[in-house]
Amino acid sequence: MPKDSGIGASSKRREDVRFLTGAGNYTDDINVHGQAYVHFLRSDIAHGRIKSIDTSAAEAMPGVVKVFTGKDFEGVGGMPCGWEVTDKHGAPMQEPPHPILAQGKVRHVGDPIAAVVADSLEQARDAAEAIDLDIEELPAVMNMKAAAQDGSTLVHDDLKNNICYDWQLGETDDTKVDEVFANAAHVTTLDLVNNRLVANPMEPRVAVGEYKRGTDEYTLFTTSQNPHVIRLLMCAFVLGLPEHKVRVVAPDVGGGFGTKIFHYAEEAFCTFAAKACNRPVKWTSSRSEAFMSDAHGRDHVSKIELALDADNNFIGLRTNTYANLGAYLSTFSSSVPTWLHGTLMAGNYKTPVIQVNVKAMFTNTVPVDAYRGAGRPEATYQLERVVDKAARELGVDPIALRRQNFITQFPYDTPVALTYDTGDYNGTMDKLEVAADLAGFAARRAESEANGKLRGLGINCYIEACGIAPSNIVGMLGARAGLYDAATVRVNATGSISVMVGAHSHGQGHETAFPQVVADMIGIDESMVEIVHGDTSKIPFGMGTYGSRSLAVCGSAMVKATEKVIEKGKKIAAHLLEASEADIELKDGQFSVAGTDKSVAWGDVTLTAYVPHNYPLEVEPGLEETAFYDPANFTYPAGAYACEVEVDPETGQVTVEAFNAADDFGNIVNPMIVDGQVHGGIGQGIGQALLENCAYDENGQLLSASFMDYAMPRADDVPFYGVDHSSQTPCTHNPLGVKGCGEAGAIGSPPAVVNAVLDALNSGGKAVEHIDMPVSPSRVWAAMNS
Amino acid sequence: MTKVSMTVNGKTVSGDVEGRTLLSGFLRENLNLTGTHVGCDTAQCGACVVHVNGEAVKSCNMLALEADGADVGTIEGQANQDGSLNVIQQAFQDHHGLQCGFCTPGMVMSAAALLKENPRPTEVEVRKYLEGNLCRCTGYHNIVKAIMAASGQDVSSIAAE
Ligand code: FES
Ligand code: FES
Repeated sequence: MPKDSGIGASSKRREDVRFLTGAGNYTDDINVHGQAYVHFLRSDIAHGRIKSIDTSAAEAMPGVVKVFTGKDFEGVGGMPCGWEVTDKHGAPMQEPPHPILAQGKVRHVGDPIAAVVADSLEQARDAAEAIDLDIEELPAVMNMKAAAQDGSTLVHDDLKNNICYDWQLGETDDTKVDEVFANAAHVTTLDLVNNRLVANPMEPRVAVGEYKRGTDEYTLFTTSQNPHVIRLLMCAFVLGLPEHKVRVVAPDVGGGFGTKIFHYAEEAFCTFAAKACNRPVKWTSSRSEAFMSDAHGRDHVSKIELALDADNNFIGLRTNTYANLGAYLSTFSSSVPTWLHGTLMAGNYKTPVIQVNVKAMFTNTVPVDAYRGAGRPEATYQLERVVDKAARELGVDPIALRRQNFITQFPYDTPVALTYDTGDYNGTMDKLEVAADLAGFAARRAESEANGKLRGLGINCYIEACGIAPSNIVGMLGARAGLYDAATVRVNATGSISVMVGAHSHGQGHETAFPQVVADMIGIDESMVEIVHGDTSKIPFGMGTYGSRSLAVCGSAMVKATEKVIEKGKKIAAHLLEASEADIELKDGQFSVAGTDKSVAWGDVTLTAYVPHNYPLEVEPGLEETAFYDPANFTYPAGAYACEVEVDPETGQVTVEAFNAADDFGNIVNPMIVDGQVHGGIGQGIGQALLENCAYDENGQLLSASFMDYAMPRADDVPFYGVDHSSQTPCTHNPLGVKGCGEAGAIGSPPAVVNAVLDALNSGGKAVEHIDMPVSPSRVWAAMNS
Repeated sequence: MTKVSMTVNGKTVSGDVEGRTLLSGFLRENLNLTGTHVGCDTAQCGACVVHVNGEAVKSCNMLALEADGADVGTIEGQANQDGSLNVIQQAFQDHHGLQCGFCTPGMVMSAAALLKENPRPTEVEVRKYLEGNLCRCTGYHNIVKAIMAASGQDVSSIAAE
């Protein structure tokens, strides 16, 4: 019987009511009295040296308040990078400055050169057109392999080359790796591209800066997944402001998928300009602007080699990747191709020797950073494509080959720095085989073929490291901040509860799921518990929502704080019931003395806590507790996915006929929300596999700069999905036993889709080894007709 | 500036607009009806869908002046008289047809227009009709399901919600 409330219940989302009635409060819905509007003049060339900028005509235009250029930000910090990667020789990564407005050079289409603040947006736009620019165009650095060569044009003149770092993980002894491959019975090699994507949350970014002279206080309203992180970075590294004078608010956030983690120049600009103009300053990104200013995702070019012995055991794996970082280091960009990618190359398999090599490159493109999955989709795609190719080359069943090499003993130390605490990959695969009715595939294929179509089945496994992250471990790996989280449970006198959490929902339903946990622990109605989030003035601290961490990390802090509340409540109850604290139990909102019928209700205890007449004197009045939680390890959600496609041999058109996911997320608080997270991830994964591609030409012009030329998945591009999360091995090191589910779908689905297409083509008698994503009709048709 | 008048959610409203002011801008800025969202600048995303004289229209693709005298419906006017969610809104909540909520007003307005012209759409018809409405969060599964449920169809056989 499904539960109807508390942990495990599919409670309906309370936030939906405001979203469904137009009463949401997104950043662009906020207008501050007297606000001015900023328009950024952005570079329309990829690479150039700024000779001069003449803003005098623009300044004289109607309504213009002030025009800013890079000069106004000399002496102000640039946009920081939060993760210092050490290269394989022990040297720190090359870390070029990233000014708020371009200084000296422009380095990508969209790089902001000047900012016009005016009474209206139209006036700001009109005035920006009157800015006179003299920019000497330079050759654009676009191809990563060419950019790595000595003598290449430099994106940053002060760096020794375009390589941010040359990084390695796993086996450092090349001879040993060579030996494994030399002794292998079979080696499968694959060159592949993980296509550049644009996250495109439906809400574009917005920032509103406000400054109050009377109190010297700043407020920034921004579309952020982590307002505290923005405040910390902006205050400490960019503008040099005292943190207690700055409030950062992220109200309702219309999707993020990683791209709203990062601290962006526009946020710092609006905060800075609010004081400089002595007026609130608002910026609303247009979608076209988003394409050239939101951090992009993925963009890896890799070679992967898998060595197998004569019994088809995986004995060695080697990868060489060029990772595009774009023109500047975005906030967490450096961690994505390294610690979020290399560490996942073991996948679900017990491959003993693994070597991961990554060259991270500066190019004249928009900065690249985390996008749903961040590094883990790139790792999974490489691994699961090469395993599939190996199965085809060896003529063995792709599921059997995977099962044979699965890790089955836990905890398991991988050769690439992680310790998987728990999992059951065979059990999860069993679930998939049933859910996806793999036994019936042959019949479905026959039916497709009867209709003149090719049908393919693609299988994929994934593992991800989530619940980011144990602070001491990430500190050793280069993170410049710990990644714990915090929660305050404030019980009101009448027993209702406000929980201030550092996580920040941007679609994940925290307002519903978090109260389920607290209400369940106390045994009260969910409606008595409410979440407060997204405002640095209301919440003690928090690192925000990304890396599928909210429940695993912040939720754990919330559990700890609730435990403290309950402990104190028991002291008060013991006093009221004249019993020993050790004998007090809390169930269904009643504190009772074990083995008796003596009890006192939750509300009576909370009232006593605040209006203490009859009160244990050794206990402080009040009932509010804060806890910080630092995870002991990452969490390791894992799963197995099956995709079935039909390919039209006439046109190369691929349609996804069925998609089934079997995931092990550990324990689950709200199954409905978890399903929704998986659906959304799969939708994005199918998008990456079949449709989406952020393309540049060789001169660095952004070819896909709107929804007209960047193919977002639409309702008729995807099927209904089957989602099964009944395979559950609870996380061993957090109190809820949860692992996180936000990114799985996007990580696990692209290889399943591509494997399915290749299976279809091969079933038609055409030996096609690989097609790069997006697997468009033209690419499929070309592969079939090559 | 030109004066424009229209009926919005049953109330007569008017305001001064420039020739280039879009209906979406008029609703959001002049009337403070911020439930209508703007997600793109190429009329591709559908976050801005409203009803104009009963038809679903992308309000970012229509000038405020073009709506002069029209009967406009927005998401703010969709709930029942007593403030409770209407059938479509309720189905979206029941079937988790929204996550971040940004596409949601446009989805609900499009769904209403669809069900008006096709009271029992098939899955394929729903998906086709939503061609102009992008959602980045839900993978569309629960949106399609919610709309079919709102039309009175039994959706219990569609994979879990
Ligand atoms: S805002 Fe109207 S279609 Fe995107
Ligand atoms: S619910 Fe977020 S875009 Fe649809």
